[in-house]
Amino acid sequence: MQSKWHKKLEVSKFTVYIVLGIVFIFFSIALNGKGFIAPRNLLNILRQTAMVSVMAVAGVFVLGAGQIDLTVGSTAAMSAMFSALVLQATDNILFAVIIALLFGVFVGCINGLLVTKLKLPSFLATLGMMQAIRGMAMWITDTAAVPIKNQIFNNVFGTGYIGKVSVLILWTVFFYIIGFILFNKTRFGRHALATGGNELASKYSGLKTEKIKMMIFMMSGAFAAFAGIMYAGRMQSGRYSFGDGDEMSVIASVVLGGAAMSGGTGSMIGALAGSLLMGMINNALILAGLSSAQQKIVNGAIIIFAVALSNIVQNKKRK
Amino acid sequence: MEHVVLKMEGISKSFGDAKVLKNVQFELKHGEVHALAGGNGAGKSTLMKIMTGVYTHDEGKIFIDGKETVIEKPLDAKAQGIAMIFQELSLVQTMTVAENIFLGTEIVKNGIRDVKTMNEKTSQILHRLGMDISPSTIVSELSVGMSQMVEIAKAVSKDAKILVFDEPTAALSDSETKCLFEIITQLKNEGVSMVYISHRMNEILSICDSITILKDGEYVTTQDIKDMTLDKIVSYMMGGTSGKGHKFEWVERKHDENAGDVLKVEHLKVNEKINDISFTLKHGEIVGFAGLMGSGRTEILESLFGLRKKEGGTVILEDKEVHIKNPTDAIQNGFAFIPEDRRKEGLVLMHSIKDNAVLPILDRLCIKGIFNDDKRECALVEDNIKKFGVKAEHINQEIGLLSGGNQQKIVIAKWMNTNPKVIMLDEPTAGVDIGAKGEILEIVRSFADQGCGVIFVSSELAEMMAICDRIIILYDGRITGTISRKDIKLEEELQNAIQMA
Repeated sequence: MQSKWHKKLEVSKFTVYIVLGIVFIFFSIALNGKGFIAPRNLLNILRQTAMVSVMAVAGVFVLGAGQIDLTVGSTAAMSAMFSALVLQATDNILFAVIIALLFGVFVGCINGLLVTKLKLPSFLATLGMMQAIRGMAMWITDTAAVPIKNQIFNNVFGTGYIGKVSVLILWTVFFYIIGFILFNKTRFGRHALATGGNELASKYSGLKTEKIKMMIFMMSGAFAAFAGIMYAGRMQSGRYSFGDGDEMSVIASVVLGGAAMSGGTGSMIGALAGSLLMGMINNALILAGLSSAQQKIVNGAIIIFAVALSNIVQNKKRK
Repeated sequence: MEHVVLKMEGISKSFGDAKVLKNVQFELKHGEVHALAGGNGAGKSTLMKIMTGVYTHDEGKIFIDGKETVIEKPLDAKAQGIAMIFQELSLVQTMTVAENIFLGTEIVKNGIRDVKTMNEKTSQILHRLGMDISPSTIVSELSVGMSQMVEIAKAVSKDAKILVFDEPTAALSDSETKCLFEIITQLKNEGVSMVYISHRMNEILSICDSITILKDGEYVTTQDIKDMTLDKIVSYMMGGTSGKGHKFEWVERKHDENAGDVLKVEHLKVNEKINDISFTLKHGEIVGFAGLMGSGRTEILESLFGLRKKEGGTVILEDKEVHIKNPTDAIQNGFAFIPEDRRKEGLVLMHSIKDNAVLPILDRLCIKGIFNDDKRECALVEDNIKKFGVKAEHINQEIGLLSGGNQQKIVIAKWMNTNPKVIMLDEPTAGVDIGAKGEILEIVRSFADQGCGVIFVSSELAEMMAICDRIIILYDGRITGTISRKDIKLEEELQNAIQMA
């Protein structure tokens, strides 16, 4: 009986890969004539999902620790604004990147303090912060976009290619390697999961759970800021609207990848698969000629379906 | 008076391989208060959960008013007028007393809740029970005791004929207890039958009419309370005057009485009530803290482990004063604490055996202080499992799927892995089957044999007598006495010392 449970646990871990595989095969056949399976299109999917994928690296830690971070999308926008403005003023790439990243860490720090010191639920704390930051991004230039003329910056963080591969994809791979090691091979990952799995037991085991949560929010802020830099490079500008709705895509990716909203579980590679799954669906819907309104509807339905599927598998295991 | 309202016959129940009830019988008469007694794991709670439909029995029959009745779910029990007053209260904290009492059975007039009538009816019930609470009070503003009274009122309002109380006075003050007893007497006069579960023998002796005693899932006896004494009850609970369950016998250990102190606590102040605790613990010694719930046992341990702020006093570990501010400090200094609530405080249930067992020492097992050393972790946990006889398929099994005893062994292993000098155990055998209990005691003994100090807290006196070299008696936040193992001949003496202190 026990081994059966064990097998089901394994199935639930692989749900996202199975769904990814099925969806891929389905679109390959259904959209055969429209070039879905062409290498260029596939690389395009990876390129388009890069920002959400990078944010999802930190998202695995956030949800694993039983928290939620809704600020990532607006932090990305504000960081893009900052780097664009700094480049406009100084043309110094390093300076622009540092300012943007510092801003991300700063946001994470505030989020962390609200959650650990004022004991706000992270959903509410980051909901408020999300609005405030988006407002700041609009206000700082009165909603005007800031163009970035520094082509080195744009190349390195957004538009460049190495061989046939976009730098956006390379950055994604880089961050997933870091994320994978941090999550699976260091105690930080285990501490995050333990905090989300049972905070009281973790405290009793000598873990400084508040410090762990602080670190995770700061990490999430930094990753969101880097995603903002990627947006800026790709669009060769800073714009307040960048990353709108990305916080939801990040949560969906991480949950599709096997994390529970209640914390304690999660998978780095699963989150990447979740993000790719959503990117793939978006891409396919565009190729299929759906309007953006229709895309939203289908997208919503697919998220519900996929999460419900993994929940059903999980619940079976519990019974 | 002699009318039997409820009869349970030949009740058996197993959880997996563990048989927790074996052919148990129980009889409740009209308008009586019937005590149900027995040590932890005797099966009292399980029997009551069967009666209230939380569990279904494997074998046996239940008769209500002489008619065989099927109780398979809580609603069945409710329909028969059986209600349980929960230890963990089942009231909605944000709603008023009246709203709670009429939850699910709201009185409606023209589609709108009739608050006035509900308040009036609640008033009547409260008045009948002699409770001085306004129906429109929000429950969260009431004390624990008052909330419990409301819970009773709720059951009574549903015309409950049988009420089950599970340790009702555990969280009550003396005056609240008195108030509860008045209500019980009142209900008794109204013809309500009650089952009363408690570890407090003097309460049983003063309020109950009869008593049924269970031991290790078996029926022992049913007697009139007037024929019973404290000594008699305790000896029945232990299974005869001479026997003390073979698992719980005192085992002589080689223990150097002249060993140095590993821990010395002086004038420890935890809060207003617990404000002057001093004791010493020698290398290789097992000291028990005995006392009723609320005597301060847990609080002292939590304070030593940095979970509670220490307000005063000194803690000296191996001749050096230590300042412990949080569990991290405590662990680094060599303290280990096995908490009372394994599921809430001890384990991350959804994680694997291995992840749980190495959680406090991940930093010690790291390669170059950064990377997890999976090989060493696995080897250590494999060794733990072998040494402690944990029954599990493999170390990556989800720990929530193991039995209570095996879970507890992992909690203990987790703390042994930190190489502590002082290990504190709070109710380490609660909810653990009798076989695993003996094994856990053996593990604790072997730990003391290695020269470490052990502080052992348990409500089960037989267990304390079997393992402790010395027992410190706590009452109401004070140390009222210290008894050496050699000076206690009978468990009743210890029982008396705790209750009458």
